[in-house]
Amino acid sequence: MNQLQNFTKGFIRENPILVLVLGTCPTLATTSSSLNGLGMGIATTFVLVGSNVVVSMLSGIIPEKVRIPAFVVIIASFVTIVDLLMQAYSPVLYVKLGIFIPLIVVNCIVLGRAEAFASKNTVFSSFVDGLGMGLGFTMALGVLGAIREIIGSGALFGYKFIRGDGILVFILAPGAFIALGYMIAIVNRIRKVK
Amino acid sequence: MEYILIIISAIFVNNIVLAQFLGICPFLGVSNKVNTAIGMSGAVTFVMVLASMVTYLIQTYVLNKLGIAFMQTITFILVIAALVQMVEIILKKVSQPLYQALGIFLPLITTNCAVLGVAILVIKKNYNLIEGVIYSAATAIGFGLALVILAGIREQLDLADIPKGMKGVPVSLVIAGILALAFMGFTGIVK
Repeated sequence: MNQLQNFTKGFIRENPILVLVLGTCPTLATTSSSLNGLGMGIATTFVLVGSNVVVSMLSGIIPEKVRIPAFVVIIASFVTIVDLLMQAYSPVLYVKLGIFIPLIVVNCIVLGRAEAFASKNTVFSSFVDGLGMGLGFTMALGVLGAIREIIGSGALFGYKFIRGDGILVFILAPGAFIALGYMIAIVNRIRKVK
Repeated sequence: MEYILIIISAIFVNNIVLAQFLGICPFLGVSNKVNTAIGMSGAVTFVMVLASMVTYLIQTYVLNKLGIAFMQTITFILVIAALVQMVEIILKKVSQPLYQALGIFLPLITTNCAVLGVAILVIKKNYNLIEGVIYSAATAIGFGLALVILAGIREQLDLADIPKGMKGVPVSLVIAGILALAFMGFTGIVK
């Protein structure tokens, strides 16, 4: 597989949310608006790229038996870095995402890529894989956030362009489940047709 | 009275799955049959209470004392992983029937974000030890409730004629959405 395919596979074909259905918790919780969704996506991408690179660098050194705890420690270190950086430079987003920033540790995508890809591949292709998967994740979050924001409040990125109040329930919890359900169904349908 | 408020709020008003979006993976993964759902929620209750107790003690007596509260994420995830492993070993030795019932679910719990989430929430909400234990137990019951309800619905769903693209995860998500809508009716019971 060449690097370009490696990079783009996370966009649609192996999209972590819409096809693999991993990391649903932050997906549902942080997409009440498109901006929150994008913020969460970027934070996760950072952790994904960082942990992928370090895991692939250390893949010859970490003993086979303790690899999972070792991966978790590496991931948790990057999550702590993101946590502190966001607290310092974007406090508003930090408060909005709240508990879901430390919870990037248990996001199945990050550990999944470390185990399934980074531990078996070179540093550069792990970097590309992390970036591609992270962007696919960010894209899905951004789109879901935009859909919920448009239906829920008639706005996009905070700019209101539809008059009226919108269907409030789409910003609340039930709307998240329903919107993601239909989004996955549509992607399923498109993939079957191809 | 205060404890009753914590319990009702954690089970119904702020249901961990349907209102706070934690533990969605097992919620979608093991909700095919009511029996497995009950087993899973038993295991989660057990680990969640134990984990939030241990992490609370570590946070108060180790991390805060040493002034390294920023190590919270790393410490908690390691403690939970070690704890799950320990519970598995002890259960295997001490109580074979309980191990048979909960055993297969235990390894899955390490990656359950609800356990880490509740451990962090107990610290964030400034609960004391008793409140923390009650909160985590009630949250686990709320998780079990949502899981068993969804499993019950999905068992019936096997007989229904669902469009191809909606089968599996999408239809479960839409059902979860309708459940969440129903649970919103509890809002306002507890301030």
